[in-house]
Amino acid sequence: MAIRVTMKISLAPISYCWSKADVEQFYQQVANSNIDTVYLGETVCSRRRELKFTDYLDLANMLKTHGKHVVLSTMALIEAQSELNELKRAIDNGDFSIEANDMAAVFYAHQAKVPFVCGPTINNYNRASLDLLHQKGMYRFVMPCELSKDWLQAVIDTDKKPPFEIEVLGHGYMPLAHSARCFTAKHYQLPKDKCQTICQRHSKGLLAQTQESQPLLRLNGIQTQSAAQVNLINQIPDMITMGVNYWRISPSKFADVDLGHELASLLANLTAGDVSQTNELPTKLLPFTSATDHQRHCNGYWLGLPGMQYTESAQLAP
Amino acid sequence: MELLCPAGNLASLKAALNAGADAVYLGLKDDTNARSFAGLNFSVEQLTQATKLAHSQGRKVFLTLNTFPKPGQEHRWYLAVDIAAQLGMDALIVADLSLLSYAHQHYPHLPLHLSVQASATNLGALSFYKEAFNIERAVLPRVLSIKQVRDLAKASPVDLEVFAFGSLCIMAEGRCHLSSYVTGQSPNTGGSCSPANHVRWQDSGADKLTRLNNVLIDKADASQQLGYPVVCKGRYVAEYDQDAKYLLESPTSLNTLSLLPDLAKAGVTSLKIEGRQRSPAYVSQVTQVWRKAIDTYFAAPDSFAEQPQWSQALAKVSEGQITTLGAYERQWQ
Repeated sequence: MAIRVTMKISLAPISYCWSKADVEQFYQQVANSNIDTVYLGETVCSRRRELKFTDYLDLANMLKTHGKHVVLSTMALIEAQSELNELKRAIDNGDFSIEANDMAAVFYAHQAKVPFVCGPTINNYNRASLDLLHQKGMYRFVMPCELSKDWLQAVIDTDKKPPFEIEVLGHGYMPLAHSARCFTAKHYQLPKDKCQTICQRHSKGLLAQTQESQPLLRLNGIQTQSAAQVNLINQIPDMITMGVNYWRISPSKFADVDLGHELASLLANLTAGDVSQTNELPTKLLPFTSATDHQRHCNGYWLGLPGMQYTESAQLAP
Repeated sequence: MELLCPAGNLASLKAALNAGADAVYLGLKDDTNARSFAGLNFSVEQLTQATKLAHSQGRKVFLTLNTFPKPGQEHRWYLAVDIAAQLGMDALIVADLSLLSYAHQHYPHLPLHLSVQASATNLGALSFYKEAFNIERAVLPRVLSIKQVRDLAKASPVDLEVFAFGSLCIMAEGRCHLSSYVTGQSPNTGGSCSPANHVRWQDSGADKLTRLNNVLIDKADASQQLGYPVVCKGRYVAEYDQDAKYLLESPTSLNTLSLLPDLAKAGVTSLKIEGRQRSPAYVSQVTQVWRKAIDTYFAAPDSFAEQPQWSQALAKVSEGQITTLGAYERQWQ
């Protein structure tokens, strides 16, 4: 019997401030897709209160009844006691595991014996650190976005098979930095404390271009994202071979659910043989990559290059 | 309250000690620290000399090991820990979990300071590092307001060190990929932010340009000053907009002289001066001013007033000659 590919599609939390109606509609669509794993929650700014924690729990339960694996995501930058309280509330939800995006989440999840995923903003730069976090309860980690295929291979290639799962951001705008300052509020000359959650105006962040019209960054409140979307669709065969467990999509529009759905369908019907026949898989992936253009997509980090660069598969050495 | 000063070489170390630093931090000549610039930092021999010199004057010396060991090359970072322990250095400044673990297991009596690159901004994160590695101190990222520093200091299980003066990093340190997005190297992976070999200064007609790996970071006419091109301090054009602006931050430096009483009352243990990449003259100037300010404050806390000549002296060595309180001041955020 042919060996099935086990890599699955996961959906990162929405990193922007969308209206409650949009968020609910979005996750209805997710519920009806065959995306395997869904991360849910506000990770960027505690001033965004379109959805409360209980709203997210309702969504989590709805998705669960549709057969999704749900993980509750927590904040990346935690400064105030009120944010720590909210974090503990998420950890004590009684049902779902959490995505830790700050070491505080690791600390409290470990105390509460709640298993956790380490999100991309936890500094995991070597195997010994990953093993240490595994001992604290980490069952999966999302590779920090600035790391590469070679890095990941070196982490996997040790005496002991990794006792945790591996997730890589395959598609979407990358979270590059977090600040105390809200760049969206600054742009609109609003004080942070009276920001009117103005970031809601920009459903995928506010694009910042250089003075030569080169897209560079996306300002998303206190978060700075890449202007280009990482696109590692052509690297899926590599990742399957390496043993990556989850291919993550960071959504910026409803159509990203369709992408996740199509890729999940494709992966579900793949066999190990398809992957080893290197021509077969790229052909099947072609419909997803044809729209690629260099300013809008990037894959540099995975290839060990500046993150913003994009290299065509044909130019890559075998 | 400790005055902790930077040293990129022996001359700067001497300058810091002569000007009254209580402690000095420095790094080895490789990518085990995040100021890995050519011509900067200490060989093992120089480190030995530096440690002896500081100790002979009753001052402390800390080794900065604030990058993240690369898979397959971990031994280089472990070796650096061994060296610091053998030399009897006073503390290690570390960010990586595996390195904290190594140091804690092998040298439990060597104090560990959690580097700012570990990005611990709250009680939960500090408690994690205290419990796991018994860290003695943590350096706070430049993202907290003075009120948040005060609140944290009340509850913190470890001593706190804050940045008092120098280049202003506006992101949660250790979790910023802006440099690697453009150049392929970040403080975490390559040992520096905006590595100098990717920087280009150009003249274009009447304009001056700065580029980072060919990406245009800023453009100015002859009358304006251009800062060192870091991604967060460039001038860009926002969507739906025409003019280029400093959308994140302008080239400014951090100066917290006016906050000295607040930081002292909050119980902050150490004031850190940024700038291992700067000249001995910078180290000397900045250390002198801060020494005087700290001594003046503790001699008569109630009548402390920031003196204009201190700020004037500091402004001369500040980036863009403009200073800010950064995130300490809520308005800035």
